[in-house]
Amino acid sequence: MKLTGVDWLIMVLYFVFVLGIGFALKRYMKTSKDFFQAGRALPAWICGLAFISANLGAQEVIGMGASGAKYGLQTAHFYGIGAIPAMIFVGLFMMPFYYGSKARSVPEFLRLRFDEKTRGLNACSFAVMTVFSSGISMYAMARLIQALHVFDGLFYALGWPQGGIFTFAIVLSAIIVLLYIFLGGLTSAIYNEVLQFFLIIAGFLPLVLLGLRNIGGWNGMKAAVAQVDPRMLHEWHGIMHPSTNLMGIDLFGLTMGLGFALGAGYWCTDFLVIQTAMASRNLDSARRVPLIAGIPKMVFPFLVILPGLLAISLTTPHTKTIVTTENGVIVHRTVVVSPEAENGRGLVPAKVNPVTGKPMLDANGKPLLDYDMATPNMLLHYFPTGILGLGLTALLASFMSGMAGNVTAFNTVFTYDLYQSYIRKNAPDRHYLAVGRWATVGGILLSICTAYAAIGFNNIMDTLQLVFSFVNAPLFATFLLGMFWKRTTGHGAFSGLVAGTLGAMLHHGLTLPAEANVGIHGGWITVLHRYPSDMAQNFYAAIFAFTANLVVAVLVSLVTKPKPESELVGLVHSLTPKPDLGHLPWWKRPEALAVGVLVGAIALNIFFA
Amino acid sequence: MSLDLRIPMGLMFTLTGLILTVFGFVTNGNAGLYAKSLGINANLWWGLVLLAFGIIMFLLGRAGQKRLASQPPESTEEGEERRGH
Repeated sequence: MKLTGVDWLIMVLYFVFVLGIGFALKRYMKTSKDFFQAGRALPAWICGLAFISANLGAQEVIGMGASGAKYGLQTAHFYGIGAIPAMIFVGLFMMPFYYGSKARSVPEFLRLRFDEKTRGLNACSFAVMTVFSSGISMYAMARLIQALHVFDGLFYALGWPQGGIFTFAIVLSAIIVLLYIFLGGLTSAIYNEVLQFFLIIAGFLPLVLLGLRNIGGWNGMKAAVAQVDPRMLHEWHGIMHPSTNLMGIDLFGLTMGLGFALGAGYWCTDFLVIQTAMASRNLDSARRVPLIAGIPKMVFPFLVILPGLLAISLTTPHTKTIVTTENGVIVHRTVVVSPEAENGRGLVPAKVNPVTGKPMLDANGKPLLDYDMATPNMLLHYFPTGILGLGLTALLASFMSGMAGNVTAFNTVFTYDLYQSYIRKNAPDRHYLAVGRWATVGGILLSICTAYAAIGFNNIMDTLQLVFSFVNAPLFATFLLGMFWKRTTGHGAFSGLVAGTLGAMLHHGLTLPAEANVGIHGGWITVLHRYPSDMAQNFYAAIFAFTANLVVAVLVSLVTKPKPESELVGLVHSLTPKPDLGHLPWWKRPEALAVGVLVGAIALNIFFA
Repeated sequence: MSLDLRIPMGLMFTLTGLILTVFGFVTNGNAGLYAKSLGINANLWWGLVLLAFGIIMFLLGRAGQKRLASQPPESTEEGEERRGH
């Protein structure tokens, strides 16, 4: 890829503004509340856009494109079932407790509702996960920058060794993210997430429009995709049995596993997204934040899934010789296509063994496809220099804001839930502000270590993500019980969380997806059950973890002593007065917005059916 | 918070739009460059869209800041407490 001055100009412009916003915000960071909670004074629309951007890291952008190329429109389940219902639920029913309890973080809510040990467990596991996630994001970005040869020209011009690109990419992103969070705290992170939100639209909308135009519009795409696999055109067809849909899942696993346990577990309990809603200026805004986020969330399948779907259905490039006559001379012009591209499908390249240079084959002798390159290759295919810089900036922005969200969640949980609770209580506020700034530095350094560890150990990313899934899968049960059943006790919540995580591990050790080998994919105890796909295994693991948590928490709660009701006001549904909405006209109430988003989500599902 | 995000965001998109528009205008008719984007001058057209978006954001931000300056600061926490917490 060749970048010219215009591309660099756009990229540099973005970096200047990102840092400029950080510097401009510095003078408003007077208390720890300003730094960690954005002063709880941001407008709902800003927090709403940040709410979905926090999740829209580049792994999401690239992953959704990859999934679009692999599973087609079935990918939209992650939006229609996985995200939107949970976002409506957290806005309507859970935000009054998060925001109203004046807790400063999700673990702190657990301490108010349950006890110190439940908070400690959640805070520790969450802090570790955010640091690792940010490291994984960094690693993925550096790899993509290498694969796209973004800095190759620059390094060549400066005479630096090409081997330094990985380190350069990591250090550059670390310094930028560090600076703007160090200066502007959560406000900086949220502002940059909003900036990234618009950049993603600016970068991907023209891509989708060009791709659709090339392939002959929506109907042209349908015809082309049907050539690849007609099942990719339907979100819901064949969902009753795993053998009749591409993801290999069934209705129960999808709705309960993805929708209930995984989706709600992420959108309703992960402080990474909840922190943006908790930064808004009052309870009404905080409740509207996830609902406002639901509106663009409905549109995003078009922006991030379609590039993948288009990439797989375009014509596969082949090496060919074009014979032309110029001034009476016959000219043979050979367009050489790399073996990766030639053995791929559409614009999705094949995976090539780096040693032999031969494409890697699956069990059926078909080449394995590198789906993660679907979206980046679309950018390179359609964007001329100029707008290409914009597309790359959008990708870089989403990598960095994904990191930034993790880092601000880390510094808040570290400072409030670990440092202030266990290391130094009752220090002046100034002290915690300083600790938060240094926690940012520490968190980023640990992320860099993770990124480098990922080079040395091939499997580390998969392993980490697996461990995260063990910890995250049962979480929603704890919050659901805590907020809606006043009898739930601290001992119950703690043992439930532990049981849920153990349940997820046990499930993983006893099951294996079809066509996978025993090991990281499961079955390391013994293989009792084989799932039709890893997706199905994932969804059912969440169901098992959720159920284990629920059952154990209920049983333990019944034999332990609950907190007195007077201590639970504002934390449990039945003991909290309903939010008073009398001052708002009906169409401004969160409920009205929720109904609108729900209708939209159903329409979207019918459209993709 | 008295930095309205719409102002720097509007500025950034205005500048980006300006860069793309000017570049697209200068390279207009360069068939080799725009073969990728199906012969459409993507820089010029998308640059104009971003320019319009940036200017609108910037103006909205300015208007919002003027409105804020003419009003007494909005109470946030207190208003919340009064309504039954």
